[in-house]
Amino acid sequence: MKFVDEYRNLDDAQKMLGAIGRKVRRPWTLMEICGGQTHTLIKFGIDRMLPAEITLVHGPGCPVCVTPLVEIDRALAIAQRPEVIFTSFGDMLRVPGSTTDLLHVKAAGGDVRMVYSPLDAVNLARKNPDRQVVFFGVGFETTAPAIAMAVFEASRTGLSNFSVLSSHVLVPPAMEAILSSPSNRVQGFLAAGHVCTVMGFWQYEPIAAQYRIPIVVTGFEPLDLLQGILMTVSALEEDRFGVENQYVRSVTRTGNTRAQELLAQVFEVCDRPWRGIGVIPKSGYRLAPAYAAFDAASRFRVTAVTADEPEVCIAGRILQGLDKPDACPAFGTACTPEKPLGAPMVSSEGACSAYHRYGRGLAHLKAEVSR
Amino acid sequence: MSEKKSLGEKLTAMACPIPISEHPSVLMAHGGGGRLTQMLIERIFVPSFDNAPLRELHDGARLDVAGARLAFSTDSFVIRPIFFPGGDIGSLAVHGTVNDLAMCGARPLALSSALILEEGLPMEDLWRVVRSMEAAARAVGVPIVTGDTKVVEHGKGDGVYVNVSGIGVVPAGIDISPRKAVPGDVIIVSGEIAVHGIAILSLREGLEFETTLESDTAPLHEMVSALLAEAGDAVHVLRDPTRGGVASVLHEIAGQARVGIRISEEAIPVAEEVRGACEILGLDPLYVANEGKMIAIVAKEEADRALAVLRTNALGRFAAVIGEVVAEHPGDVVLRSRVGGLRVVDLLTGEQLPRIC
Repeated sequence: MKFVDEYRNLDDAQKMLGAIGRKVRRPWTLMEICGGQTHTLIKFGIDRMLPAEITLVHGPGCPVCVTPLVEIDRALAIAQRPEVIFTSFGDMLRVPGSTTDLLHVKAAGGDVRMVYSPLDAVNLARKNPDRQVVFFGVGFETTAPAIAMAVFEASRTGLSNFSVLSSHVLVPPAMEAILSSPSNRVQGFLAAGHVCTVMGFWQYEPIAAQYRIPIVVTGFEPLDLLQGILMTVSALEEDRFGVENQYVRSVTRTGNTRAQELLAQVFEVCDRPWRGIGVIPKSGYRLAPAYAAFDAASRFRVTAVTADEPEVCIAGRILQGLDKPDACPAFGTACTPEKPLGAPMVSSEGACSAYHRYGRGLAHLKAEVSR
Repeated sequence: MSEKKSLGEKLTAMACPIPISEHPSVLMAHGGGGRLTQMLIERIFVPSFDNAPLRELHDGARLDVAGARLAFSTDSFVIRPIFFPGGDIGSLAVHGTVNDLAMCGARPLALSSALILEEGLPMEDLWRVVRSMEAAARAVGVPIVTGDTKVVEHGKGDGVYVNVSGIGVVPAGIDISPRKAVPGDVIIVSGEIAVHGIAILSLREGLEFETTLESDTAPLHEMVSALLAEAGDAVHVLRDPTRGGVASVLHEIAGQARVGIRISEEAIPVAEEVRGACEILGLDPLYVANEGKMIAIVAKEEADRALAVLRTNALGRFAAVIGEVVAEHPGDVVLRSRVGGLRVVDLLTGEQLPRIC
């Protein structure tokens, strides 16, 4: 298949692995930002094919994982209302709140529907004028433009029965939070290619300069990741820092300026709590005053109960790259996808879930790969 | 703070509020063919109905009756929409049960038809479904010999639900069972996977996308007969990878036979259009439902012959060897990815849900 197979080619992957092996001299710890990248690394078994000097830690770029429990409880409260058609991306449906999840709300008679685009939810609102259609949008700069477009459309056409429960977070403040932590161990970043497709990569230049660290904008296919790793390791071995772009087929320095204009119009930047991490200043989007009427949380006046995260869950440390999932004492025992203790085990983009689903911890696989 | 508590105490104190494995009510995923379906079977059905033929956990039961070896199977169909490119709920139901019998190595003898109709279903639709069942049964050469009809109130059903049960006879010398997979065996899939699931998905509300894909629903009994005539007792396991897809069926076989299964991503036949849809929707074709496809696990010496027989059949022209049975890692399915890395192919916890980005 064009645009896929050329980035999953065995011979090219072996060549790239050879180049990484020849380049690396010292031990390095790299972080891939995005959960989609984590997913590819584990799904294709790439991290285990790398030289022993390279440690990959998995970043906070899993939208489901960093959405605070209180937001999920708000969503559940709204979804249970009889007048509401509640829509979201498929991945959100299974995430447990304090007492239930959206699939159980659906099983109990709630009108919960999976959509692929927020604009589908806008169309649902047009088709169902007697119902309130709510879209639950979580994500990073990647999904934010689609939510912004839906709100913009609803506003432009005067659609009064559509609203969004939006919980959007931004990557650069999270990277700064990780780098400025005294316990930080990340020496180089693979930045999230899709986020940069929208936002460009100029925002990362001051971060790379301040912390003297290489940041390589990287795509999501196996060869993208291998090349991103090679570029990061090369910079580290040659003592260079700065931003480089591996994902040139999609990303420019300035990014998608039309999308950025729309984001600036519909949203404003705010402080935002990240699940497992805490409040990061200026790290989220909320609806700008001109669009505040489309905010589902105020439309339905949901007050949420806060619930404590399980103490043993080390989701916060995993999302900051301080630990790997299999370092958690609960991993695979008390915490499994059937019985998750923390969000990274629930979402398919969560690092814990990827580790579990693709069989991390099976000794025979490790032995075979190292042969 | 609870520093005095031991880790074990902490762990037991904090059960998840919604333990997905201990649901207070039935979810859609309980019918998805993944881990939750397996839990229903293991924890509710098998302990309740416990008996030897059931414990085989095959697509149908094998019964010894007055010197004859019979196969008995049943399957219900709740597909929406009821008419779709490539078939409808009627033909699908007939093929489904015929195939379940064929996977036992049986030649189908007779079928039943049980319909649950929703008040308000257009008579025209009922007529189309019944004609389709008749045509499918006639094409297979198996009569529908008994039936039942119930009607539920408007809003309490989805137009029409169809159950088809069937009996067949297993020819002498044929012994097909998921437990017969042994290390060294070769795993063959009879054609391109995930076609049916993607074709149906493309019609769902909120997901409509244009495709020329049609469901590949088809009866497999003739291809199975030809395979058994040629490769006979070298055929150890047959399964049709419907709900839960190829991944779930292989996982079940690995568990039942206590063997390991190795497959190669590169070798698995997936049509370009299906791969494209799966990439866009964030789905793994290994877990997408199939109709008119089967997995055959065959002794290595006979693999070439088995493959050749399948490929002469129109339904098996894209048949391919996708892997092998191994002695290592019993119970686990391991896939070699296109770039050479290894990963475990596990059962899905719930339904396959598309990722956010």
